[in-house]
Amino acid sequence: MVYLTRKAEFAASHYYHNPDLSPEENQRIFGKCNNPNGHGHNYTLEVTVKGEVDPRSGFVVDLKQLKEVLNREVLDAMDHRFLNKEVPEFSTRIPTTENLAIAIWRRLVSKLDKAKLHRVRVYETPDLFVDFYGEA
Amino acid sequence: MFSASHRLHSDAMSDAENAVTYGKCNNPYGHGHNYSVEVTVSGQVDEATGMVCNLVDLDGFIHREILQRFDLENLNTKAEFAEAVPTTENLCTAIYDILQRGFTYAHLEKVRIEETMMNSFEYGGENEFVIE
Repeated sequence: MVYLTRKAEFAASHYYHNPDLSPEENQRIFGKCNNPNGHGHNYTLEVTVKGEVDPRSGFVVDLKQLKEVLNREVLDAMDHRFLNKEVPEFSTRIPTTENLAIAIWRRLVSKLDKAKLHRVRVYETPDLFVDFYGEA
Repeated sequence: MFSASHRLHSDAMSDAENAVTYGKCNNPYGHGHNYSVEVTVSGQVDEATGMVCNLVDLDGFIHREILQRFDLENLNTKAEFAEAVPTTENLCTAIYDILQRGFTYAHLEKVRIEETMMNSFEYGGENEFVIE
């Protein structure tokens, strides 16, 4: 079993707000991230897939195809977007990095054929990242 | 870290299939990468030395058996790739096998190779390990 990790970067804006909570509570929990005008990050996405090396090609997965899937399913939808307003998953869910990793996993998991999705890691900043290994 | 060239091409495929499968990597003149290799070993800390293994031994082995073999070489010309296409998947398993056979001072957990800043590969044989 070989694990392959492909990186991609995208920039997006978001803010944290739960409509079920009072403005005071939103402010207390989310602090500056509650600003409704939003703020942005350069996100680094690392997608790890696993599989046996195909003896004919020497590949676990065709990196070109993996890059195309990442571009189509994630970057086209999220790069230079306001996550709360433009990405459907976040019309009802707060676009925390946790939920972002889960949303990206769900977008990718059915689109990969030969290799199996192992982990989605999303860096919100160089100091903070979230790992998601799929539904337990 | 070592720098090497390679060409991805399989004799088992037609020219057209090679071109589709490997794209730019099928260029007959080859191309190169700076490969960054991370080797993870494990073991109990020796009470006398405070070490899992002596890093001088590990450095020496990697220098002698891996860097001298592959640095500033064309991977396609090396014995490890006489039969196998020198993808980074196969490079990762080849380097793991070299260490597994020859480095006896600690347990080999895994080998991780960065081919570019955007792509990396990890192999640990039958070991359970955490992806970095």
